Amino acid sequence: MATMTPGVLGSFVHVDAATDAIRALKAQGHTDLTVYTPAPNHEIEEVLDHPVSPVRLFTLVGGLTGCAAGFAMTFWMSNDWPLLVGGKPIATVPPYVVLGFELMILLGALSTVAGVIIMSVVNARKRVPYSEKFSDDHIGVFVPCRAEQAAAVESLLKRAGSVEVTHAA
Amino acid sequence: MAHAYTPAQTHAEVTRDVVATLGTPSRGYVMMLAGAVGLFLVGLFTFVMLLKEGLGLAGYNPPVMWSTYITTFVFWVGIGHAGTLISAILFLFRSQWRTAVYRATEAMTVFAVMTAGLFPIIHIGRQWVFYWLLPYPNQRYLWPNFKSPLLWDVFAISTYLTVSTTFLVVGLVPDIAAVRDQVSGWRKKLYAACSLGWTGSDNQWRHYTRGYLYLAALATPLVLSVHSVVSWDFAMSIIPGWHGTIFAPYFVAGAIYSGIGMVFTLLIPLRKMLRVEHMIVDYHFDNLAKLTLFTGSILFYAYAMEYFVAWYSGNPFEQVTFWRRAFGPMWWAGWSMIICNAFVSQLLWFRKIRTNLTALFIISIFINIGMWFERYVIIVSSLSNDYEPWAWGQLNPTWADWGILAGSFGWFGMYFLLFARTFPIVAIQEIKETIPFPRKRGGH
Repeated sequence: MATMTPGVLGSFVHVDAATDAIRALKAQGHTDLTVYTPAPNHEIEEVLDHPVSPVRLFTLVGGLTGCAAGFAMTFWMSNDWPLLVGGKPIATVPPYVVLGFELMILLGALSTVAGVIIMSVVNARKRVPYSEKFSDDHIGVFVPCRAEQAAAVESLLKRAGSVEVTHAA
Repeated sequence: MAHAYTPAQTHAEVTRDVVATLGTPSRGYVMMLAGAVGLFLVGLFTFVMLLKEGLGLAGYNPPVMWSTYITTFVFWVGIGHAGTLISAILFLFRSQWRTAVYRATEAMTVFAVMTAGLFPIIHIGRQWVFYWLLPYPNQRYLWPNFKSPLLWDVFAISTYLTVSTTFLVVGLVPDIAAVRDQVSGWRKKLYAACSLGWTGSDNQWRHYTRGYLYLAALATPLVLSVHSVVSWDFAMSIIPGWHGTIFAPYFVAGAIYSGIGMVFTLLIPLRKMLRVEHMIVDYHFDNLAKLTLFTGSILFYAYAMEYFVAWYSGNPFEQVTFWRRAFGPMWWAGWSMIICNAFVSQLLWFRKIRTNLTALFIISIFINIGMWFERYVIIVSSLSNDYEPWAWGQLNPTWADWGILAGSFGWFGMYFLLFARTFPIVAIQEIKETIPFPRKRGGH
């Protein structure tokens, strides 16, 4: 079983206290933070300043694949067993737009979910301490650090307004 | 002008109140669930009899070979549309009022489409070979006819069910995690498994919020396309009363109208049963009622246009069809549809009615009835008198038609009520998003 990442976990009830702490930690070179919030918060997002999620690439590739698959399937299957009806073309674009569209949405949506899961798992730090208060009304800031840095980090978190600080070893 | 609405609760109170809905069920809830299961058993019995005896038990009578089962199919697909409108389209518009009601409407969508999906299978008669509709490599190398609107419908409904279920489940994950952190014992284990390891870390929110946005962006054209495709099941044919270019927007507006009607029917008693009256308030119902008024007015216009175009076209087949809808043997159905949909919705111009829950509940029942009749009138009246007067015939619904209809309400209600007691019916994290965090320096 993987061991817990060593570091310090601070718990906040005030959002500006949490953002102050994150700014100060980043200024001191602690950039690999894990911040827990019960709901997404723009102030936290701004101070963390993450790049845009690459999930959009999953959506784009899934959508384009679905659209291509929809047209490819209908054209191939129509020509595989040609049935001439009313002198109309065996395979033609207008009626197949519906199927191309539906499969674009279907694969686009499924690949978006796959993207969220993959990116969340790939980027996740293993075994980071968590508190049940973070899904309720507290903001958590976990700072991975060596044992000798822990006291300084704890002091910084408390100065910023952390209501509870715990150590993970 | 609509005012921005902020719930009066704190973050912790939102969690507490929503988790409380998953506690011991009230007597009213148990009675509703028992009623739904009873109706479902009626439907199940009818279905078993249809399997045993065949479709002859139902009231099919040539040339009316699409009847109450297809009517009810279109009805339930329509019900499903309000959920995605509220959860996806209003999400893109950043309408804050959707947060308190969207989970219930999204669940309604999924269960309504699940219900709708049963009807083509019931209607085909040989239910055990329904998979012939799917493009699979069979022994004769035959493929389905992709030029048929009926096959477009197979793809549209399957995609809609998959995407709306995905959307519901994705939205649920952070809320299930919030419940997991508040309960104990076997429930904690269950919710922990369903929360997929959600912790609400910045990394998770970063990908989740983007993913949710793209899902909403994909679901938005989907919701508009699905009922358009359903409408083309009719409009692509040359049956009088069906062959109209107005059908796609007319059906989409009707679908959203009927769906919001069902939202009222479900939410008004449910908020009391689950004791969330302080979370779903007049403000939400007022906004829902405005949407109902808007879509009801589009329907009013569409009904008027249908009659006008039938007259103005000079086409005697169209003219006879619409004359018979108003004054023929099915006049009672034709007028039920017009009164319940076009006229009753106009009562919502008055704010007093929009915020009176008793009045809204009664109106919602009219909407449900009216929208079922709309589909009944479109399908049955057009088929019963098409081009050859000697071949005209009337539908004679039997107990097998009504048994399946009743069963569909039981099937839908059963799943919806079970969902409402098992998962958060009010979205915890989205409501928290609208409540500002406390600040040590004061203000928001």
